[in-house]
Amino acid sequence: MSDALVVDRLVVTRGERRFSPVSFVAPPGGAVLVTGPNGVGKSSLLRVLAGIGRIGEGDVVRPAGGVALMDEAHALDRTLPLGAALRFWARLDVAPESATRVAAALADVDLTELAAVPVRLLSAGQRRRAALARVVASGARLWLLDEPGNALDAAALDRLSALIARHRARGGIVVAATHQPLAWPGAEQVRL
Amino acid sequence: MIALVWRDLRQGYAGGGATLVVAFFLLVAILFPFAIGPDTALLSRIGGGVIWAAALLAALMPVERLVAPDLESGVLDQLAVRGASLAAVAAAKMLAHWLAFAPPLMLAAVIAAGLLDLPGETLLLVEAGLLLGTPGLAALAVATAALLAGARGAGAVAGLVMLPLAVPLLIFGAGAITGGPSGLKLLAATSLLLVAGAPLVAGAAIRAAME
Repeated sequence: MSDALVVDRLVVTRGERRFSPVSFVAPPGGAVLVTGPNGVGKSSLLRVLAGIGRIGEGDVVRPAGGVALMDEAHALDRTLPLGAALRFWARLDVAPESATRVAAALADVDLTELAAVPVRLLSAGQRRRAALARVVASGARLWLLDEPGNALDAAALDRLSALIARHRARGGIVVAATHQPLAWPGAEQVRL
Repeated sequence: MIALVWRDLRQGYAGGGATLVVAFFLLVAILFPFAIGPDTALLSRIGGGVIWAAALLAALMPVERLVAPDLESGVLDQLAVRGASLAAVAAAKMLAHWLAFAPPLMLAAVIAAGLLDLPGETLLLVEAGLLLGTPGLAALAVATAALLAGARGAGAVAGLVMLPLAVPLLIFGAGAITGGPSGLKLLAATSLLLVAGAPLVAGAAIRAAME
């Protein structure tokens, strides 16, 4: 275990496909923006970094302190109120302080007022922010965000940037796959 | 894992799942008197077997809801990211599924026994058999659900995958009604084998569906 995320000549495979090798290092406080056209393996790369994809060749060294993944699936129970759905994951991640963590994360993504609303009634953008709240509440060191800007309005995009900046200032690492231009200062661009 | 069992259990009851299973079970049990006529002696002779066949069909009902929704919504991904063993996740799902469908089924079996005019001692053997056999059925249901989680039209295939594997449970379960304790022991052994093996199969199937 080190403090940085090290990706060394990593070849991601998905089904029969093998994607081209990737190498980068993200130190504490670092951010990596993975860009490239659709179907080039951005999401598959993030899944491998999260530990649930298949590695063809190469190596990944994850930093100590946990991983949080946000992909297109929000992984929240549709029938539960938003706050309870988030607390399910927070209890697994940071058991004793899950309630306060979730409340703080909801405030971070401006969803506090919707904490009692069932997840199925949320709009696409609100679900996206809820998934982001799940990542924030996890307290993980490494954030892996798949198209974090999708379905977000301008205000929510600003909030996303602010959250990323805060996470990096605390020594966190962010890797995001995106086709939108995201202006994160000092972020390394990796083009697939 | 307790949180996961609790979550799945709540979903099992909240989705009206238990009611559906019980209603389906009773419906199948009711079909037999209609099909073979009101011959009380015949009904009470075949009643135990009918209850077992109905239980098997009812156990098939929720298969589509057990794993596929969690795979789609990313819940299983998130559990894997947190380092949870998928076999343990599958075991938790089996326990939750058993708690959600076995108790209502065993209660409904009492009603079915009344409809089929089963004598008390036969009902007792059926209930003992269900208690021993339903864990095996739950394990089989979760393993089937995991195997079919990524597939299209899974509901139709589920029966073809699961029912042949459930035949030993049916044989020993219905056999225990006439065979007594030795039948129950064989039933328990079959059930144990399924409960022990299914989490590994289901875990590997979920992993394969994820990648």
